[in-house]
Amino acid sequence: MTLPAGLARILPMLATLVLLVAAITVVSPGFLEISVANGRLYGSPIDVLNRGAPVALLAIGMTLVIATGGIDLSVGAVMAICGAVAAKMVTLGYPLPVTLLAALATGAACGLWNGLLVSVLRIQPIIATLILMVAGRGIAQLVTEGAILTFSDPGLAFLGSGAVLGVPFPVLLWTAAAVGTILVLRRTALGFLIEAVGVNARAAYRAGVNTRVTIIAVYVVSGLCAALAGLVVTADIRGADANNAGLWLELDAILAVVIGGNSLLGGRFSVVASLIGAMITQTVNTGILLAGFPPEYNLLIKAWIVLVILVVQSPRLRPLLARRRAMRRGTPT
Amino acid sequence: MKNLTAYALFATTALAALPAAAETVGFAQIGSESGWRAAETTVTRQEAEKRGHDLKFADAQQKQENQIKAVKTFIAQGVDAILLAPVVATGWDQVLQEAKEAEIPVVLLDRQVDSSEDLYLTAVGSDLEHEGRVAGEWLVQQVGDKTCNVVELQGTTGSSPAIKRKAGFEAGIAGHDNIKITRSQTGDFTRTKGKEVMESFLKAEGGTEICALYAHNDDMAVGAIQAIKEAGKKPGTDILVVSIDAVPDIFQAMAAGEANATVELTPNMAGPAFDALEAYWKNGTVPPKFIQTESKLYTQADDPQAIYESKKNLGY
Repeated sequence: MTLPAGLARILPMLATLVLLVAAITVVSPGFLEISVANGRLYGSPIDVLNRGAPVALLAIGMTLVIATGGIDLSVGAVMAICGAVAAKMVTLGYPLPVTLLAALATGAACGLWNGLLVSVLRIQPIIATLILMVAGRGIAQLVTEGAILTFSDPGLAFLGSGAVLGVPFPVLLWTAAAVGTILVLRRTALGFLIEAVGVNARAAYRAGVNTRVTIIAVYVVSGLCAALAGLVVTADIRGADANNAGLWLELDAILAVVIGGNSLLGGRFSVVASLIGAMITQTVNTGILLAGFPPEYNLLIKAWIVLVILVVQSPRLRPLLARRRAMRRGTPT
Repeated sequence: MKNLTAYALFATTALAALPAAAETVGFAQIGSESGWRAAETTVTRQEAEKRGHDLKFADAQQKQENQIKAVKTFIAQGVDAILLAPVVATGWDQVLQEAKEAEIPVVLLDRQVDSSEDLYLTAVGSDLEHEGRVAGEWLVQQVGDKTCNVVELQGTTGSSPAIKRKAGFEAGIAGHDNIKITRSQTGDFTRTKGKEVMESFLKAEGGTEICALYAHNDDMAVGAIQAIKEAGKKPGTDILVVSIDAVPDIFQAMAAGEANATVELTPNMAGPAFDALEAYWKNGTVPPKFIQTESKLYTQADDPQAIYESKKNLGY
């Protein structure tokens, strides 16, 4: 095998995605059709990229948090808060740049809160972020005053349903965020430092890594990603729904990271693999909707597909499959 | 002794002769989990004020223990009646018994309980199945003999509004073979899911073949309308849109010609409840055990902009 290391890492996920798309195309033959309607690309693959945007954005931040051995359960609630802040600001008549900055600052502040709880107060990440997960929706409801706060500002709506050269804006947003993050992580030592903290925080500290700042930084990045995702879902329906925006998406984001083959124990990570994981979960969602099964089966089908993917990728099964392949190849004729 | 009886008799007749005013009513509300719930609270306060009753309000924040506490407090205060929107169906026997022993009539709002019927005066609520039927019958009238493929956005799978609004709509279109539900999927009662599922419907059905959308609530319809627009079709013209609830935002869509009809789940449960209570206080008239609220159909012909203006401040 002479595959470059990066490609070898994401190959299983890519293969899963291709198989999944093939299976869905068998069930719904029109799945891969793409046309241009209303001046923008139109078709189910575009839907997958577009609808997958919130989870893809969350998965970027979640990958980094998980790489340090942490977890961020608050991202769904942070989405609701940031969406509510954006909707509130824009209905109060603030200009768009101020609105966006305020939403992003809110996300960063939420991340900072989580990071301080985890790194300074040393609260277990799952509990530290659970606090904001629970309280966050309450905060969002305070901002929206309990109702769905609707707005008609075309600039903010563009973030959710606009298109550039036919490509939906959310797709551009998450790909740009991913490329930016990967460049910063891999062109600098930052990615390496995050992995060092995840593998062994104490050893990293002794080696001179500022673990405290590193941990706070990944939670802030996660908060910023959640803010972007919150802006996308709020802009998409032109309204901030504090009860439902981002509901359970923290679990989808964690699932995307895990399907991407990243260990929840921290250490080596691949943002690209997580993003493919996000696209896999969204392909499953969109495929189920297209197939026309009764809705009672949605969750069951999704669970089965996820189970199969994870079993195939499990550390016990993969060497087993590889060995069988090797044996077959090595069998003398 | 004779005097005393006469006095008592006088007192009761005097009380009964008084107009039904200045009664104290306790209202044990669930909380404010949805816009509709907030509107119900606002309308109940307005109704009480209009009729000159003193309303004591208790917000249970979605917890039954808080609600039971509130009802017990109302009993201790000796209110003249209790309005209860029960958060769950079970566990009410004891506190309702206490209210009965204190001779305080209890009226259930919007939801039912699993207790014996003689523990409460009456229940006011909507018939979810009837709402679906009204929507279905509207569509039948609208399309006449034309072939019409309907896509349906269901509520949360397994929830009673989803089950009953689906069954009601099917009953409404029964016997009209030109109308067929071709796709039915859950949109979880939310705008985001309504939009996402409608996008998949448009792709799966090829757009032109969809003649109408039936959504189990207005929020999903509002999301779906955006999906239809983004697909380059005209909601309300190319695809008829009918939904249930009558929240303010759907009236804005109707005013813009993008939605066609909605069936109201009225937040005014207190009006019929006060009517029943006033009759009961006056001469002991016992109402039927279930008072069904009207499921009014609104269309674009009903001046949706004006209704939007009147509804938007109710707290939806």
